[in-house]
Amino acid sequence: MRRFLLEGLMRRPLTEAAPAPDGDASAELAAALERRARDRLGRSLAIRMVDAGSCNGCELEIQALGNPFYDLERFGLHFVASPRHADVLMVTGPVTHNMAEALRRTHDAMPAPKWVIAVGDCAKDGGCFAGSYAVAGGADAVVPVDLHIAGCPPDPTALLKGLRALVESRDIEAGQD
Amino acid sequence: MTELPDLAWTRARDFRAAPFGATTVSAPQWTALAQALAAGRVTLMSLWAEHGAVCMALHDSAARRVAVARLDGLGDGFPSVGLHHAPAQRLERAAADLFGLAPLGAEDARPWLDHGRWGILHPLGAAAPHPGHAPYPFLPVEGESLHQVPVGPVHAGIIEPGHFRFTAQGETVVRLEERLGYTHKGIDRQMQGASLARGAELAGRCSGDSTVAYSFAFAQATEAALVVKVPDRAFALRGIMAELERLANHLGDIGAICNDAAFPMMLAQTSVLREMVLRAAARAFGHRFMRDRIVPGGVTVDLDAEGVTAIRALVETIRDGFPPLVALYDTTASLLDRTVGTGHLSPDLAQRFGAGGHVGRASGRDYDTRRDLRYAPYDMLRLEVPLREDGDVNARIWLRIKEVEQSCSLITQMLNALPSGPVLAEVPPAGAARTGLGLVEGFRGDILVWLSLDPDGTIARCHMRDPSWFQWPLLEAVIEGNIIADFPLCNKSFNCSYSGHDL
Repeated sequence: MRRFLLEGLMRRPLTEAAPAPDGDASAELAAALERRARDRLGRSLAIRMVDAGSCNGCELEIQALGNPFYDLERFGLHFVASPRHADVLMVTGPVTHNMAEALRRTHDAMPAPKWVIAVGDCAKDGGCFAGSYAVAGGADAVVPVDLHIAGCPPDPTALLKGLRALVESRDIEAGQD
Repeated sequence: MTELPDLAWTRARDFRAAPFGATTVSAPQWTALAQALAAGRVTLMSLWAEHGAVCMALHDSAARRVAVARLDGLGDGFPSVGLHHAPAQRLERAAADLFGLAPLGAEDARPWLDHGRWGILHPLGAAAPHPGHAPYPFLPVEGESLHQVPVGPVHAGIIEPGHFRFTAQGETVVRLEERLGYTHKGIDRQMQGASLARGAELAGRCSGDSTVAYSFAFAQATEAALVVKVPDRAFALRGIMAELERLANHLGDIGAICNDAAFPMMLAQTSVLREMVLRAAARAFGHRFMRDRIVPGGVTVDLDAEGVTAIRALVETIRDGFPPLVALYDTTASLLDRTVGTGHLSPDLAQRFGAGGHVGRASGRDYDTRRDLRYAPYDMLRLEVPLREDGDVNARIWLRIKEVEQSCSLITQMLNALPSGPVLAEVPPAGAARTGLGLVEGFRGDILVWLSLDPDGTIARCHMRDPSWFQWPLLEAVIEGNIIADFPLCNKSFNCSYSGHDL
């Protein structure tokens, strides 16, 4: 084990430079975020992730955000286990009828102010499962969506861009004032 | 006892190259087959309903052959197989939910996928309006000092939804009951009437971590049904993709299991290797998960010299970087203390349930589709199938470690003998009703695809059976007598798919 610890100290970090925030997403967010709420929360956000019926592809890429290449926590973003601790709800998958109530309750359990990010093509409008008897639609069929990150699945860089837009929309907004 | 019916048993080399015929059986013969399953003479590969019929796929492992039995002309039910052979129970409950064909005499008549929220009853059968949502009765548990811990469907981590009902006495789990179906998307009905291209798209989205394996199995079923001559190069590229997918999943899971034993360093290290696999896949095939790359007829992307270099470099990196991690696992006593002896699956149960993948092979079930029901490109490759008898979390980790090594070897073999030529063949029109069987070894085990095509080439019925169907029930068995805190370890060492199961 010592070898790995030493290597960790000596080697250059694997973590890569942060991608630029997604411009479209920033515009989408500027409308969604109220100034007062942003000031209160600062740049650090707690995220609760709910799979509302996805194929698990999006989950794998969201998990990858924690690996040393992407190191999500450096941006002040971290995943939490309880919706009570969360500022942001991240939703993946087409929302299945069997998951709709669990998703709604998770959103209800979060303290305001809160935001919802729909991740992946399915969470936008049901994707290739839209129209099925078992699918309610995209995330906005059940909860109000503030930001959408496209892809099937979106790769970690796309996710980072969207998330950075979220934390930095405060600066963007300030620049416009 | 009724004689076993003469089924049209087919060996791999035959059903891989030609349409697959189901054998029609009578009701007493159907029950005789159920009893043969219970006696362990054959293994259940799947059970599914069709319009007015039920089918069973059976595997005769000694003779390395497969058969499909079909019971026709059903009104509202069929003789239960689950009554004799427990592994069929959930498949029967799902068939009842979707088609309204009840397993007659079954002990467990509760719905499985249908949570009462679709608005319609039996969506692939009569599709009548749903009478509404009834509370789901969990199995009764009686005894002193018992308490229940309900978990899910929303779990603490970044994982899929499902419900676990633990009954514990102190710390010790007395019973775990799973309730699944939360991610049911209605894929079976979306498949009906779909074109082959649409079918391939849906198949690749059954379980994101196994998108290559599912596309592969769907393509196999189509190619068998329509007798497509797939180019050799396409087979090799499929094999490379399948092994890259296996590598990515095993590497990620080995670290994640250790992380669940509070040893995050292993996850940090293996997640670096996993990321490198995904990046190599993106460079070589244009997508990190290689989604939609395998289609009926071949593959949609060719591998160029740069891609070959990227994959060779990846294999080198894993060959250098992985052994020290294995040594770290094997010399960390506090970690082994959590994995050795935990979540033991007996060889007897693994055999009875026909558990596929590392779950079965860590408990002595010596079966791997790549070797035992061979398909291209594995018929040309050297593959050693690792096997263990001890069946605990540690055994499943070691199985995966050995499979990482095997996948590296297979990739190198395929790259060294990469055929040249086209990668996509034309898929001929159906012309008549046809059926085909696909069987592929994904990272969790064997994925089965049963495909019926209408004369116009659209899909009449597509049944896809994830290996998790036979692994989920075993997870309930292995946690018994363990403490609740060890559940994440057991669960991750199985890593069953929710989406692949719920469809």
